[in-house]
Formats: sequence, structure tokens, C-alpha cells
Amino acid sequence: MARLLILGAGIAGQTAALHAKNRLGSEHEVVVVSPNSQWNWIPSNIWVGTGYMKAEQVTFPLAPVYKKTGVTFHQAKAVSIHPEGDETTAQPFVTVEYTSPEQRGTTANVTYDYLINSTGPKLNFGATKGLGPEANSLSVCTYGHADQTAKALQVVIDRMKKGEPQTLLIGTGHGNCTCQGAAFEYLFNVEYELRRQQVRDKARIIWISNEQELGDFGMGGMFIKRGGYVTHSRVFTESLYTERGIEWITQAHVKEVMPGETAYENLDGEEKSVKHDFAMLLPPFSGVGLKAYNKANEDITSELFAPNGFMLVDGDYTKKPYEAWKPEDWPETYQNPKYKNIFAVGIAFAPPHAISKPMISVKGTPIFPTPPRTGMPSGVMARQVTYNITDMMNGKETEPTRKASLAHMGAACIASAGANFLHGTAVSMTVYPIIPDFEKYPDTGRELGSTSGEIGLAGHWIKHLLHYAFIYKAKANPFWRIVPE
Amino acid sequence: MSIRTPFEQTYYPPVPTRLTQFFRTNLIWQFFRFLVLNIKILRMVRKH
Ligand SMILES: Cc1cc2nc3c(=O)[nH]c(=O)nc-3n(C[C@H](O)[C@H](O)[C@H](O)COP(=O)(O)OP(=O)(O)OC[C@H]3O[C@@H](n4cnc5c(N)ncnc54)[C@H](O)[C@@H]3O)c2cc1C
Repeated sequence: MARLLILGAGIAGQTAALHAKNRLGSEHEVVVVSPNSQWNWIPSNIWVGTGYMKAEQVTFPLAPVYKKTGVTFHQAKAVSIHPEGDETTAQPFVTVEYTSPEQRGTTANVTYDYLINSTGPKLNFGATKGLGPEANSLSVCTYGHADQTAKALQVVIDRMKKGEPQTLLIGTGHGNCTCQGAAFEYLFNVEYELRRQQVRDKARIIWISNEQELGDFGMGGMFIKRGGYVTHSRVFTESLYTERGIEWITQAHVKEVMPGETAYENLDGEEKSVKHDFAMLLPPFSGVGLKAYNKANEDITSELFAPNGFMLVDGDYTKKPYEAWKPEDWPETYQNPKYKNIFAVGIAFAPPHAISKPMISVKGTPIFPTPPRTGMPSGVMARQVTYNITDMMNGKETEPTRKASLAHMGAACIASAGANFLHGTAVSMTVYPIIPDFEKYPDTGRELGSTSGEIGLAGHWIKHLLHYAFIYKAKANPFWRIVPE
Repeated sequence: MSIRTPFEQTYYPPVPTRLTQFFRTNLIWQFFRFLVLNIKILRMVRKH
């Protein structure tokens, strides 16, 4: 009996765990290590952040699902990987520290034959002074943060109801942020909520982001066919901001969030600031800070992880200029080049470079989005990697055969712009491929027929449907496999 | 407040007409778009 160890029970980890158990049966063991007792459908956190949903609607306890499916669960966080074992054993293992109330603080070594790292991001609030819910701004990255943000939002709404004008600042809290799409959704859901509570005329809403232009979303934007033109997403995004009366600041690296004021530097090197009564600013992401040690207990973290803490896989990490970027730079099997039984999926793998063109301010500050790794690609790569590993465990293959490069994968993304069954809207986008291929599609980088965007109520219905479908699937309810990643 | 102040950032972008806005939440049209969007998403899922 061999053991597959999965670190993290997010979108990627849960996909991996369920597919693995389904394919391995009782022949082999599937073990999940994750610090949180709850599973969270993160895309719906933006609705928790406006009060449209409660935290209980976007979460459920993991332990009963694992009990039902026969997956071993350790409520713990991985601390270090020992791919060669140590002086006493040649068996690879991961040192974990328990977070459950009963075992909090105790450590253990969990051995593995195959390892999937799907630990997602560390929310790196520390990168910007004063950023984050423990300092001077709010977040919707976790359901706890979103809950706190909903309460703060209601406070400013109540002030507006008393006639006090309020300024709301929403966007990204650092020059290296990713996840602009989530901040965008929160922005438009707040705008909708203010209209619903009839205080919109009292609010000044400002978007701040590290994108070069609106509509970049960390993927260089996209070109779509509309009204007889091939148009960049910037045009549609600016249109939506204008229609909803939202001001925007782009090319901004937030340097400090103070109570009621945010200071930023722009690409021209100007130091500016904006005053606000409410600020929801997403943090930059980094790896969760796992360490790695060899048999002699020497630190080999830099052999397994990039400097930003994300795990090195089969991508081409050679430093090269934007003009030299190629689709082939992107990983295909997500296998670590040195330790072939280690894989990283979802946000946990190290991207070879950005997707949007890197921009540096005249003062030398990098101000451009790092690549987004959204739910659908995270799920797809987790499934493909799991199929590869289970094939190897079952003796069908000796190396990974399935590929899941973002350069050959499309993504569908539904960005909520107001939650209501009759009057809500969402922007529905499809992109193919995620990584632009300017050799194959010289003008637009992507296939025009498969790249699209539109706004309407139908998108909101789909977003709602996906909320229920993915929670249903993550609970491993009957026929969960028919819900695609 | 007009959204169209000369030479400000909101002066230039296209804004939807009333008809476009109407169709965004028109139940019949949106039901049709719901089907189309689901097909588009499924096509995307099939690609991998
Ligand atoms: C507010 C918000 C809204 C979003 N909306 C959308 C959307 O609409 N559509 C979309 O496609 N994507 C969306 N995304 C992105 C999407 O949530 C991510 O793509 C997805 O969660 C990535 O999955 P993952 O499994 O890699 O990481 P996560 O889902 O973050 O999971 C990481 C897991 O690892 C665990 N973990 C952390 N540290 C350790 C450790 N040391 N040891 C073990 N386990 C650990 C965590 O507890 C968690 O269970 C949104 C993101 C945010 C923040």
C-alpha cells in the first residue's frame, strides 16, 4: 500500500483528494493535511463581504466528508518537507503542526510516497505597511475577513443613511498583487448594495489597482469581438466603471494604509494619497513558507521553492524579457524537477513569469500584476496531476502522461457585478488560451472565437449555480464527478 | 453629477444605451444567454 499525501484542502487540494480516493480505492492511502477544519468556496466570499451571504453558506466541515470517502485527515499545517527522509529513515516525510483544538501545537512526521502541494497562497499583508484587517484595511480573502468587512460596510452605509457622504476605496494593496478579478467583483457588489440600500448618491467609490489599465486582470486583458470590432477588455471595463460612476486609479503600488488614508506610488514615480472612510484592499500573495531539508538535515528550500515561496515545477524559470516569453515556459505536469514524486498545483506552483507585461516605475518599483490562478485552472491541473499520480501508483504508468499547461487551457470566469435574481448582473468571460500565444494568434494572443465577455443577469444565475454545484461536489455528494472542474 | 465631464476619465468610454441595459436584465433574453453561456463554458471545459 502506497500513500498519497495532499497538503491543503482548498479548490485544488479537495479536487485532488476526491479524485485520488475515487481512483485508488482501498488499495492505497490518501491523506490530507490542512489547517482549517472548514472547506471554503472562496469565490462566494465576496458575497459574504457585502452581507448577501453568511459565512455558513460558503463553508462546511471537512472531517465528515473525509470520513465518508475514506480519506485520512490531519487538521494541521505542513511546516517542512523532507524529500529524502532524514538520518533515521529513507522514507520521505512532511513535518506537520496540528491546529485542531485537541492537538494544537503538537507536531508529527507524515510519510508519503507521492506528495501534492496545494497549499495555495499566504496572504502577505505584511508586504505593505498598515495593510490588512489587523491594521487599517479590510479583506475578503477568507470568510472570516469577509464577515468582518460586511460589518464595516454596514457601518459606512448607516452613516450615509444619516446623510454623511463616504468614500470607499477598493482594489489591490500592493504593486505585485494578483486577484484583481476578486477585488473587481467586490467593487461592483458594493456599488450594487449601496444602490439597494438607497445611499448610492452619498458614496464616492474609487478603484485602485496595480494594473496598467482597467480590464487587464493580470492576464494582459483580452481581445473580444463586439459590434463589428475587435476590442480590448479595457474598453468594456472602463465602460462599466463609467456607467456605475466609479473613479479609477491604475498603475498604483500602495505603499502604506493609514487610518482613513492610503499612500501610493504610480508608474511615473509620483507619490500620492487618497482619503477614505472604508478600504478593502487585497494583499499580494506568496507561498505559505514551507521549508525543505535533505537527508543530512541541510536546508534545501531554494531547491524546491522559488524566492516567493511557490514550488518549482517543470516550468522554464530562466529570466528573460517579455518579448522572449513563450507558451512553452509554462509547466505541463507540475512535477518537481529534482524530486519526481512531488507535485504542486493551484496557486502553490511557481509561475515562470507574469502574464501581463512587467512595468517598473521611474523609481524602480515593479508595478504590475502577478499571474492569476483562478478556480477552474486550479481544479483542472489538480485533476490531471492526480490522474497521473494514481496511474503511477496503480502501476499503469511510470511517469506523468497527462498535461495541464495554462498555455493550452482555457478558463471561464464569472465576475459578479451585483447579486440579485432579477436585477443582478455578472460579467461572463471565457478565455482561450489563458497564456497568450502570439505565434499562433499574432494580433490578439488568443483565439477570438473562444475568447468572449458579456454582462447580464444570466451571469449572476450561473455564478449562483456554480456556488451550489461546487459546494455539492466538494462534499462528495452522489454523482459529484459529473460537476466539471 | 454627470458622468461625462469633459476630458475626465469617464468622458471617453462607451456607455450602454437604455436598450442595451434593458436586455441585460430582460428575463427572456437572459434565459437565452444563460443557455448560450453554459454551452460556451462547457466547450471550454471540454478543451482539457
Ligand atoms: C475573494 C476571492 C474571490 C475569488 N473569486 C474567484 C472566482 O470568482 N472565480 C475563480 O475562478 N477564482 C476565484 N478566486 C481564486 C480562487 O479562489 C483560487 O484560484 C483558488 O482558491 C485556488 O485554489 P488553491 O487550492 O490553489 O488554493 P486555496 O483554495 O487557497 O487552498 C489552499 C489550501 O491550503 C491550506 N493551507 C495553507 N497553508 C497550509 C499549510 N502550511 N499546510 C497545509 N495546508 C495549508 C489552506 O488552508 C487551504 O485549505 C477568488 C479568490 C479570492 C481570494
